Amino acid sequence: MAENVRIVGLSKRFVRPDDPSRPVLAVQDVSLDVEAGRLVTLLGPSGCGKSTLLRMVAGFEEPTAGEIWFGDRRMNDVAPNRRDATMVFQSYAIFPHLSVYENIAFGLRLQKLARADLARRVDRVLEMTGLGGMAQRAPSQLSGGQQQRVALARAIVMEPRVLLFDEPLSNLDAKLREQMRIEIRELQQRLGITSLYVTHDQVEAMSISDRIVVMNEGRVEQVGTPTEIYSRPANRFIADFIGKANILPAVAAGPSEIELAGVRLALADAPALAAGAPLTVVIRPEAIAIAAAGGAIRGRVARAMFLGSIAEYLVEVPGSEPWLVDSGNPGVSPLFAVGEEVFLTPAPAAIHVLV
Amino acid sequence: MLGTARSQIRVLARDPLLLALILVIFVCIGLFVIYPLVRVLLASLQDREGWTLANYALFAERRLYRNALVNSLGVGTLVGVLSVVIGYLAAFVLTRLDVPGKTLLHYLVIVPIISPPFVSAVSILFLFGFNGLITKQVLGLQDFSIYGFHGVVWSQVLTFAPIAYLALRGVLASISPTMEDAALNVGASRWQTFWKVILPLSLPGIASAFLVVFIESMADFGNPLVLAGAAFPMLAPQAYLEITGTFNLPRGATLAVILLLPSITAFAIQRYYLSKRQYVTVTGKPSTSTSKIVSGPVKWLLYALVALFAAVVLLFYAVIVIGAFTRVWGFDYTFTLQHFAYVFDVGFETVADTLTIALVSTPISGVLAMLIAFLVVRRFFPGKGAMEFGSILNYAVPGTVVGIGYILAFNSPPLILTGTLAILVLAFVFRYMPVGIQSGIAVLRQIDPSIEEAAQNLGADGVTTLRKVTIPLIAPAFFSGLVYAFVRAMTAISAAIFLVSADWNLMTVQILAQVGSGRLGVAAAYSIVVIVIVLVAIGVINVFVNRMSRHTSMVRF
Repeated sequence: MAENVRIVGLSKRFVRPDDPSRPVLAVQDVSLDVEAGRLVTLLGPSGCGKSTLLRMVAGFEEPTAGEIWFGDRRMNDVAPNRRDATMVFQSYAIFPHLSVYENIAFGLRLQKLARADLARRVDRVLEMTGLGGMAQRAPSQLSGGQQQRVALARAIVMEPRVLLFDEPLSNLDAKLREQMRIEIRELQQRLGITSLYVTHDQVEAMSISDRIVVMNEGRVEQVGTPTEIYSRPANRFIADFIGKANILPAVAAGPSEIELAGVRLALADAPALAAGAPLTVVIRPEAIAIAAAGGAIRGRVARAMFLGSIAEYLVEVPGSEPWLVDSGNPGVSPLFAVGEEVFLTPAPAAIHVLV
Repeated sequence: MLGTARSQIRVLARDPLLLALILVIFVCIGLFVIYPLVRVLLASLQDREGWTLANYALFAERRLYRNALVNSLGVGTLVGVLSVVIGYLAAFVLTRLDVPGKTLLHYLVIVPIISPPFVSAVSILFLFGFNGLITKQVLGLQDFSIYGFHGVVWSQVLTFAPIAYLALRGVLASISPTMEDAALNVGASRWQTFWKVILPLSLPGIASAFLVVFIESMADFGNPLVLAGAAFPMLAPQAYLEITGTFNLPRGATLAVILLLPSITAFAIQRYYLSKRQYVTVTGKPSTSTSKIVSGPVKWLLYALVALFAAVVLLFYAVIVIGAFTRVWGFDYTFTLQHFAYVFDVGFETVADTLTIALVSTPISGVLAMLIAFLVVRRFFPGKGAMEFGSILNYAVPGTVVGIGYILAFNSPPLILTGTLAILVLAFVFRYMPVGIQSGIAVLRQIDPSIEEAAQNLGADGVTTLRKVTIPLIAPAFFSGLVYAFVRAMTAISAAIFLVSADWNLMTVQILAQVGSGRLGVAAAYSIVVIVIVLVAIGVINVFVNRMSRHTSMVRF
């Protein structure tokens, strides 16, 4: 049942109604392979074209160029109601005039399913999404989280070839969002439906995806597993967009050595650098050890914040931009005070050189 | 741009039914809205010899025509101002103040909307005419004449102030009460709050309401015909007299074109300038809150003014009811049923005709309005703006112009429709569709487009989506469009008077004829029959709406 989704050279150009001479390139030449049964996230800032890409896969937008394939079927000219790729909408788009049960049964009824089959499938999905006792409720009687579940149930009851999620959790509060993303991931893995998931929330993307596609200004910036994207960002934009990062100028000092803020540091994996070449390195704040004495780089605390699970410092380093340093488990020892002298040591494996 | 049009057509081609529907609607609008207007324009540029501007030159030569134009513009402006003042006052008192009997007052104020637009003219004749209750019986005046400027203005204000009231009620409801709170909070006095916050916020709405009333007044036919008199010519009745009196079609068409220009101008300003400048400071549920910017005595003063207007409305309609049961007004006030006997005996066919025409045209115009609203809001196709414009254009076109256009357009091959039921139905469908379209558009814009996308996404094609999702959601707008179309079809006169025939006649035309021959009692009886039918119809539709919304499991936005 699960099929791979292949996107080849897909572009979308919108004509501005007020200024037709300057069209907007929402999606530019995007190619992408989603393996059968996997969940792939389209991640990027708002306006990066991720939703447009998803809507083209659903058939709501007509691509300007490129192709969309589900398995070996080309989908470009298939009407949205024949694509068998159900979507969970950002606004949920629950039919306000139908009960929870009828919302979920909507698509099945169009297939003229036998009454018993329909009831069985709807009941199963109601159970699966934890909507057991609410079948006869009206949508207006549901909380945000419950409406979200109805939208999800309505999409998965169709047993589609592809599931599409358009920022499904963005209207929920933080706690519920965390819970729902675990549920969505578990359901998706249990059912094994190929899924495309759009979000601008990097934590959400990292927690549920097999692979993440980072998009910016209509283009794909990087495709990789959450770990790859986080620890080996392809460029400055991704390093900056995903998580917190120190993005610092450095100079190659040898084949596997750099000079950073006047200090020589060894790299864990050697990217064969030509000595003297200027380069940019990315170091995550949590990969830097901070100590009162005994470390590579000397600095002075400019700002200290206690955030519960970590303490976040901004450390002024001579000959460099200030460094952001996260120190774990801060509750057990006193924080460094503003103005205090500290020593910083980046873990060699965590120094990522941008090429 | 061309590329966009081509890709839009490609998308449409996937749904041939939709494409066919769009084409049919374009043809209908072209044939029944645009074409008659073109014929009026062409007719005004012709005389027996050929193309000429002589008809327009008559405006320079003949004082009668010049006066008709000046009089119509003057009456329209004054009626607009008075109606807006009354309407704003009533809207403010009935939405923002904590006063008793608001619901009752609301219904009293809007009664004139559901009655034939010249019922107040008949009432004025009962009260202030040569045999008027007040002028003759109470004051004993012998040579007082209500005919002319005063009569028309009073009658029209009473007829059209309710329209301004409804529009301004919406405007005031869209101004959040927190605006007042905010102004008071930063130290504004009550007067400053009104003058610097509430009034400026409602100004675009006020201007818009003024223009709507102005358009209605310019287009009004019944009141001037009854009350203007020979010494006070006005455009709409004059155009009618040219055609039915002297059979001078080109001259009538010329007057129609002159009548059309200010109306279209006002419409264009209202629609394309003002509507974009209206402020909406309330989103989501309108909250009701009592205004704090009027002091106690002022509140009761304003309330008294609104109550006075409602009392006048009540008086006017009471007079109609009494008049319908009075043997000879002004001379013999004994009770009689003879006027109703006449209506149901001699005039029964007219009653049946009117009902038939209304019952046929109302559902057609309701369905067509929703289809057009749906296409305009939800589908993309070349010429969409033209469709929207064409379909609501008739709102601004005075009925007199439409009537003349229809007899010019459909009195000769290929389409001969004069004298048939079809011509009346078509005129009503395309004339009274715009309000349905606009309320449909408003409701559709509030429905999240992804609700329809969700239906498609789950396998529904265009028609199924429309049937199972869109239609249930726009049902309220559909029914309010139906009520409007029915009320207008029952009370129409200005276009219809050109299109009625021996076979198909209307009660409103009968009322005018009875007034013309001085039989006010019969006119009043007809008016009451019209009002009762309209009230029954509204009641039936309301029952239907309530039952339906209960069945579709509590739809509330």
